[in-house]
Amino acid sequence: MSDLAPVGTPPSDVLARRQGLREGLLPWITTPILLGALIGLWHAYVKWSGISHFILPAPADVWTEWLRLMTNPRGWNHTYWTLYATLAGFGWAIIIGVGLGVAIARVRWLELTLNPFIVATQVIPKVALVPLFVVWFGFGVTSKVIVAAVLAFFPILTNTVLGVKSIDEGHRDVMTSLNATRWQIFRRLELPSALPYIITGLEVGIVLAIIGAIVGEYLGGNLGLGRMLIERMNAFEMDEMFAILIHMSMLGFLLYFSIGILRRLLIPWHGSARR
Amino acid sequence: MEHVPMTAAQPAIVLSGIAKWYGTRDRPVHALSSTDLSVGEGEFVVLLGPSGCGKTTLLRMVGGLIAPTSGRLTVEGQLLWQGEQRRPEAVSELGMVFQDANLFPWLSIEDNIALPLELKGMARAERRMKAHELCRLVGIGGFERRWPRELSGGMRQRAAIARALSYDPKILLMDEPFGALDAMTRDAMNLELQSIWMDTGKTIILVTHSISEAVFLADRIVLLSPRPGKIDTIVDVPIPRPRRSDVQSMAAFQDIALALRQRLAAIS
Repeated sequence: MSDLAPVGTPPSDVLARRQGLREGLLPWITTPILLGALIGLWHAYVKWSGISHFILPAPADVWTEWLRLMTNPRGWNHTYWTLYATLAGFGWAIIIGVGLGVAIARVRWLELTLNPFIVATQVIPKVALVPLFVVWFGFGVTSKVIVAAVLAFFPILTNTVLGVKSIDEGHRDVMTSLNATRWQIFRRLELPSALPYIITGLEVGIVLAIIGAIVGEYLGGNLGLGRMLIERMNAFEMDEMFAILIHMSMLGFLLYFSIGILRRLLIPWHGSARR
Repeated sequence: MEHVPMTAAQPAIVLSGIAKWYGTRDRPVHALSSTDLSVGEGEFVVLLGPSGCGKTTLLRMVGGLIAPTSGRLTVEGQLLWQGEQRRPEAVSELGMVFQDANLFPWLSIEDNIALPLELKGMARAERRMKAHELCRLVGIGGFERRWPRELSGGMRQRAAIARALSYDPKILLMDEPFGALDAMTRDAMNLELQSIWMDTGKTIILVTHSISEAVFLADRIVLLSPRPGKIDTIVDVPIPRPRRSDVQSMAAFQDIALALRQRLAAIS
């Protein structure tokens, strides 16, 4: 008789969500503790083992360097260029990946024709192509944008194809019986239905985009965090190199969590947004 | 609440020589052999039969979802199929309810119910009002802002019925709408559907494989037999309305149910 349940009682689902909220607090407690323990271990190791400063610097020194990096406009300039290359490449990857994905999922011959080439772009070790991109597109930011886009594109494409193909036949019947136009079917059914898949693709894609941008910077040009890291390494300034590594990781976290926020905003109805 | 069935001049739905073959030329499957059927304005017709009898195929052809291989099908006097092409003007008087509620999980209940109106370009405020009205009609008032996943199966199916009613089609086509519900909810939904039908005066074709559901709801039961699907017998159900849940213990009800059960055993 669940059908006739009084309106005032919250459905079991709402109760489950409250439970989930309490569980969601756990990482906020455990993460700082584990992180603290890790740094403590690092500190102790450096202190007692007598390891060379050029191999593993002490956490306190890295912290000082990181603070200096954060207050240094030059550091922010490098950060800006890395972020720019990442986001521009990611943007292109979204446009091409989602656009091509929707087309491929709907047009069978297009899928059959393009599939070998798409697979080929994946099996070729793309990082090995970076020097080539540098030759073709120069030492500027363009080559980095392209590396980031090429890396991020594939997971976005495959997830979009999967999403559009996974649309429920019953939902299609509804739209057909309502005489919906092709555009209405796309806008009201296919796009929202594929969105959870696309966002999963974006989550993988953004991480690959930042990797692409940094690897691109390793191999050419004079801007970006990747470049900065190589310079510090060549100068044996390990404190600063570690600080840049941590800075890069934080940038990665920030971008990844932005996609998580996007997930909550765009698909609040989906199970994956309720964690 | 006197209900007067099918005295109107023009029947709501007319099938003449409607047949369906599935599959390839090498291995065709005869889903439905040439079928004639006429459904009156405001009539409640139930299609009953074992699986493979073509009852869902028949309903989906009337609903404009699959094209018949041959024959002529009119809805409210308008030809529905021009060869393989569906004529959109004939579909506008049809509302479909499926076995699964098929609500869109990214829309709230009210937006789901108002989806057909949105597709037709109705303004948001007007849609909302209509959706609230329909929620009350089908007995889910107060749940307008919920996600579909927050509702029970029965309530979701009520919302699906409300969605089909939203644009006020003259005809409701229901494909085993309560097949996935538990027995108690199903009985409640049958009562509810009868009262919605009596309130709105829609023409309803409902597909089921439950004999008691068929006898409870129908003015007329069309019994189909399988391989190939065809109409076996048509049974009138002259039990007065509104039928209450205890109608099942009436002799007239039991006689019809027994006759159907025996016939079903013979053909399947």
